[in-house]
Amino acid sequence: MTVTPASTDPAPLARKAAGATFDPIFKVLCASAATMLLVTLGGIVISLGLGGWPALSKYGLSFFLSSTWDPVADIYGGAGPIAGTLITAVLSLCFALPLAFGIAVFLVEFCPPLLRRPIGIAVELLAGVPSIVYGMWGLFVFAPLFSQYVELPLIAMAPPGSIWEQIVQGIPNGSGILSASIILAVMILPYMAATLRELFLTIPQKVRESAYGLGCTTLEVIWSVTLPYVRRSAIGAVMLGLGRALGETMAVTFIIGNSHAFPKGIFDGGSTIASTIANEFQEATSDLHTSALIALGLVLFGLTFSVLAIARALLGAPKNG
Amino acid sequence: MAGFNRVGRRKIADALFVAFCTLAAVIALFALAAILTSLLVKGVSGINLAVFTQSTPAPESNGGLANAIVGSVLLCGAAMIGALTIGVLAGTWLAEFGGTSRYAAVIRFLNDVLLSAPSILIGLCVYYFAVRPVHGYNGWAGALALCLIATPVITRTTEDVLKLQSRQLRESGVALGAPFWVTVQKILWRAAGGGIITGALLAFARISGETAPLLFTSLGNQFMSFDMSKPISNLPAVIFQFGLSAYDDWQRLAWVGALLIAGAVLTINIFVRLISQEPKRS
Repeated sequence: MTVTPASTDPAPLARKAAGATFDPIFKVLCASAATMLLVTLGGIVISLGLGGWPALSKYGLSFFLSSTWDPVADIYGGAGPIAGTLITAVLSLCFALPLAFGIAVFLVEFCPPLLRRPIGIAVELLAGVPSIVYGMWGLFVFAPLFSQYVELPLIAMAPPGSIWEQIVQGIPNGSGILSASIILAVMILPYMAATLRELFLTIPQKVRESAYGLGCTTLEVIWSVTLPYVRRSAIGAVMLGLGRALGETMAVTFIIGNSHAFPKGIFDGGSTIASTIANEFQEATSDLHTSALIALGLVLFGLTFSVLAIARALLGAPKNG
Repeated sequence: MAGFNRVGRRKIADALFVAFCTLAAVIALFALAAILTSLLVKGVSGINLAVFTQSTPAPESNGGLANAIVGSVLLCGAAMIGALTIGVLAGTWLAEFGGTSRYAAVIRFLNDVLLSAPSILIGLCVYYFAVRPVHGYNGWAGALALCLIATPVITRTTEDVLKLQSRQLRESGVALGAPFWVTVQKILWRAAGGGIITGALLAFARISGETAPLLFTSLGNQFMSFDMSKPISNLPAVIFQFGLSAYDDWQRLAWVGALLIAGAVLTINIFVRLISQEPKRS
């Protein structure tokens, strides 16, 4: 009679002990998984730094200033791709920002409730389309139309000798700096629109309603209430889009024209850091060539890391703008 | 009269603004429609049984994408297994153990950076550590690169959904006398399961279209191969190679591949949006 409890007791005790000893192990497992993320980022920095060092130490500052990229003579200067990256990213931001802002306002303010969900999903689907599909579409569908209806007329219209003619220089075959920027703009548009929309939704209803109550039009509410309220985070959202545009690879590789020279005009072929790496890495002819490509990668990492860091700092900080 | 003019100006400005915003939304919808239409027009006509049964052809001959599809599935599958393990554990650490500590803040920040870091750089990093030392492109390297791209997405969603779980849920585990890891495993992970699966699906959608990091990790393979320690074919790399080629039948196959990938990715995306909640206005 008295034996029964004694015989069952040790089992749960032992089980509990076993369970409890696994607790610290579980904690360590989770912590090491989190540390993996740190290791990944560290790995990226170390591999790019070590891999790019031979080229950087050989060329020094001229790696950033010279635009001579000649694998045959084994001479590498990264100014062309670096300039191409910055130009396409900034241009695409100029196209995407007003549109993203408009879409976010449309979805929050004007859209009929019934259409809000489908349109919201459709815009987010644009973000889901893989980069390489944008590339195919850009090269085979967009470029011919762009060449025929935008590039040729603009070049024909440009008065000889003017600045206008300088800007629209290039071969009007549909691929080039401007086409790449437009495709990029379509790609970063949904990210920025989604972030801006979420920001707009954080504004207290009462604040907006009181502005309407004072007789403001929608434009005035957006301009003098909504925007000041989210200003800081909105800049963060824009930086996030810029970060994406800087590192986008496949779509740009398809449509930018892949010339390493410093681009002369917006229709001229160019290259970005990412497209240069994608195109040449497999076929790199010498160790120095590989190293120069990795050094370009390091530059890209520096650019995107700083832009993303600023974006996160602005988005994460408490609203005081 | 002056007052009337000002009201008129304000109204006109407002109408223009409304028109601009609507136009922006129309442009986005038009872009999506244009891309989908060209995918369907150029891709559907190329779909036949051979696409799924035969390997990628030499130029000017018949073939399919079977090896590329198999390779993509293998790469993404291996990557997802790794990413789910690391991502869920890391997310759990951030939500349950890390709290507001400095280290957790650093990890969170790095995760956010990795979330939007250019994938080509992750490819370069994997090349440096997993391809160069073994002197050969291999499938595992490709899977590792995809894993590193998917992990931050899963970490982020896991942390977010775990934080949404109520305190009572954790207390109930403790009240039952369960060790904390059992509470996490049997109660919290199950309660947050839907959210974690959503994150995993989105991560899967993201990596299945990734091209750049695969170009110099798993390279590609003209033949059917299940060997992850050798170069292995994959859809995005085939699309890149065939799409930029000068051969008509290669380009046709590239469009079919693009249609398959975009179809899969968009289906996952739509599915996820339909099952998840629409954010409500505060």
